[in-house]
Amino acid sequence: MSNEVLHAHAEAITVHGDHHEHHHQETFISKYVFSQDHKMIAKQFLITGMVWAVLGGLMSVLFRLQLGYPDAHFTWLEDILGKWWVKDGRITPEAYYALVTTHGTVLVFFVLTAGLSGTFANFLIPLQIGARDMASPFMNMLSYWFFFTASIVMISSMFVETGPFSGGWTAYPPLSALGSASPGSKTGMDLWLIAMALFVVSSLLGGLNYIATVLNMRTKGMSMTRLPLTIWALFFTAVLGVLSFPVLFSGFILLIFDRNFGTSFYLSDIYVNGVGALQNEGGSAILYQHLFWFLGHPEVYIILLPAMGMVSEILSTNARKPIFGYMAMVGSMFAIAVLAFLVWAHHMFVTGLNPFLGSVFVLLTLLIAVPSAIKVFNWLTTLWKGNIRFTPGMLFAIGFVSLFISGGLTGIYVGNSALDIHLHDTYFVIAHFHIVMGVASMFGMFAGIYHWFPKMYGRYLNNTLAYIHFWVTLVGAYLIFWPMHYEGLAGMPRRYYDYSTWESFKQFADLNRFISIVAMIVFATQILFLFNFFYSIFKGRIVTKQNPWNSNTLEWTTPIRPGHGNWPGEIPEVHRWAYDYGKDGKEFIPQTTPVGAEESQH
Amino acid sequence: MTLYLSIAVIVLIYLVIFQISKASEYVAILKGEEQSRKNNNKINGFLMVGFLIAGLFGVWYCNHILFDKTLLAHDAASVQGEKVDSMLKWTIAITGIVFIITQTLLFWFSYKYQEKENRKVFYFPHSNKLELLWTVVPAIVLTGLVIFGLRNWLYFTGDAPNNAMVVEVTGKQFGWIFRYPGKDGILGKKYYKVIDPASNSLGLVWSDSAELNLKDDPATHDDIVTEQVMYVVKGKPVKLIIGSRDVVHDVGLSQFRLKMDAVPGIPTTMWFTPKYTTEEMKQITKNDNFQYEISCDQMCGNGHYSMKGVIQVVTQEEFDEWMAKQKPYYYAAFPNKDPDNLPLPAIDSISTKPAPIVITTASDKSTIVKK
Repeated sequence: MSNEVLHAHAEAITVHGDHHEHHHQETFISKYVFSQDHKMIAKQFLITGMVWAVLGGLMSVLFRLQLGYPDAHFTWLEDILGKWWVKDGRITPEAYYALVTTHGTVLVFFVLTAGLSGTFANFLIPLQIGARDMASPFMNMLSYWFFFTASIVMISSMFVETGPFSGGWTAYPPLSALGSASPGSKTGMDLWLIAMALFVVSSLLGGLNYIATVLNMRTKGMSMTRLPLTIWALFFTAVLGVLSFPVLFSGFILLIFDRNFGTSFYLSDIYVNGVGALQNEGGSAILYQHLFWFLGHPEVYIILLPAMGMVSEILSTNARKPIFGYMAMVGSMFAIAVLAFLVWAHHMFVTGLNPFLGSVFVLLTLLIAVPSAIKVFNWLTTLWKGNIRFTPGMLFAIGFVSLFISGGLTGIYVGNSALDIHLHDTYFVIAHFHIVMGVASMFGMFAGIYHWFPKMYGRYLNNTLAYIHFWVTLVGAYLIFWPMHYEGLAGMPRRYYDYSTWESFKQFADLNRFISIVAMIVFATQILFLFNFFYSIFKGRIVTKQNPWNSNTLEWTTPIRPGHGNWPGEIPEVHRWAYDYGKDGKEFIPQTTPVGAEESQH
Repeated sequence: MTLYLSIAVIVLIYLVIFQISKASEYVAILKGEEQSRKNNNKINGFLMVGFLIAGLFGVWYCNHILFDKTLLAHDAASVQGEKVDSMLKWTIAITGIVFIITQTLLFWFSYKYQEKENRKVFYFPHSNKLELLWTVVPAIVLTGLVIFGLRNWLYFTGDAPNNAMVVEVTGKQFGWIFRYPGKDGILGKKYYKVIDPASNSLGLVWSDSAELNLKDDPATHDDIVTEQVMYVVKGKPVKLIIGSRDVVHDVGLSQFRLKMDAVPGIPTTMWFTPKYTTEEMKQITKNDNFQYEISCDQMCGNGHYSMKGVIQVVTQEEFDEWMAKQKPYYYAAFPNKDPDNLPLPAIDSISTKPAPIVITTASDKSTIVKK
């Protein structure tokens, strides 16, 4: 019954699609700027995300310069950046904190949320479920342009007189609420809030669209249990975003009120040096932290799940072997999505939270390690007895699993409140979340880019550059973040501009310099990737095979350079799951192949 | 000049890498793409196992050179810290084993099952037994860690022993203010609107104010207030009542392995028992400059990195001696009330009745003023 409905639906779209191709004259504006084609919007998200990744990465290089060389004077930096940022050849504390804050905000939201799920949800959902486009292409377009506007506002905050916001990406009040407590909390914070509000709108428009598309627009035969794991992951990601971003937004609204309209949601009993006692009483600074982390923790999985999904798909395709435990993979993603909402207060163990409440969050937090463990073992079993092709995408997928293990295991330390009470807000935490969420998701994103680049642009990326990119980045990531665990075990706090006056932490000066040098090398290697990316769009080897990786999923049944509408004729029908690799002695069996009479059951 | 030179060298390196990569692509086309793909596959397969070996060696080497710089190299300086350390060691052991096994499997499988001409892959889509195995085993191990952790957590966050001395710690941009309850053992009331940075940095309520509806609290009159350095006694539990005057700070005590946020308007508490005096720690750490430092661990503004406090852990005698020298903060604000400034008989009447330092746990109510 439902299949018939779907079929009818698919046909209706087909008719529309044909109509579309015959009559629509595309101009430059409608094709490249205000495009409603999901593939073009995906590329817009990707390239904007890449611009932000470069800016965010560059910021980290700048503040690593300060951490690695606290005594050096880089006078040339002053010429480039100006006096507010660099004074006497040293990055100023205001600039340092602005860089740290913007680096965090931009990488978490603009790169690993918009750049990652914006790109791949847009690109892959219609192509892999067999749809002509998103449920609402117009909303999709708006989603990008809200993101673009958010980007412009965020960039503009770098140029205001009092400097960009500098209170950390979590923007805890009262610091973020009081311009008198920190210059960055003046105009810079207003712009930060506007940019984030626009970003939330973008994210909601996108997320609702992804959910609607996955639920309603699957082609005939594409039941939910036949969806590739990428789509499941992107679907859960969208659900997480739609349920948690509004809470963040409400937190921001209250902050805007406290900042501008004299309310006291977060403020109480405050005496600011040089200003005096404020009138606000009765608010709770901790309330903001609850609202923030109610998004903040699901956000971690918003970043991680798409990478997990793509890695599952890429590992299976290139191991030439079905993903092990498809239903367990879906189930564990579902468990992660549910638990993601129930663990937020583990970021707040040392805020004075009721210890009993803390205990409940310890239990729920460590519970989330179970589905994560299932995923890791399933990936390992997928590789076991496979026939592995090390395409660049595959390399990054393997790198992802390695990083996810390393960073995931340290989650067991910081998720256990009795250890967190020592490790909280130290470099241990920096190491933990950069490995598991930052670098691992970045690897997932690279894996996705390398794997689907031929579908996006009809050309290949250069392999040699890709191999260099992968190995240097993997080794570099470990060299940067592994030793940071040791700094954390010495209690070295985060977000310090200079450690040289601290008897407890100054023994790491050499190590900090080493980390900074590696960070610069890794950043330079990313430039190599960027060059490879943009060069290959125009000059890369041309794809001549419709299905270059011999993959099962639907996107490889479209023409090499699909137009708006994806399939020129009818949308193909699906007869099986996406992971029939090496079944019955056949190399691979695409989803569109009907199940044969002789075929074995699994 | 060196700047331009370095830029030139960097650009050159990029160009060389790019040319090699481009050339290798042409070579691949000449040699046959399939052949060069297989060669690359072998190289990457080899690098996988190479990375595994180099990585495991790196893990050992990193520990070798950095372990002595961490706090684990010597004992924790508090009774609570010992428990953190022992839990940390167990967690490192368990996660370490899992880490080595899974990373080895990952890179070893990658190497071993790299593409070979005639290899038939094993079609293995699922196995309920295996999945059950790696659901149940991690769940059991984690349950152990949770129980271990929660027992410590409830001990750390539980009530301080009755003999604990009480010190109030207040964070401000960018420093720390400490308050001792004085002879009466009670921390007097405070209210942030009467803060005066010159004479009343905590806003102690020691005079009447009809406008603010405040009544002079005599308990404030003997409170001792110090800045930057806090004295505590070796072997005696100390309970900190933590607050903030402006934004969120955090009392980070790395040698004691504890920390707690300082939140404006919401007092928090933390207690610990120091095991070694500062002098003893100088011996243990073989560092003559050793200090117990209080680091602010919560982003609090542009001076965050300089927000340092010092804890002096001393013996009871040294503490008593130090305390005897401290004058109530009240007298700094009201010099005419200071017995030292009064005629002689008054001094006698006070000095003949030396009250012992009674320290009781101040109830939280006395530290906050409700209007």
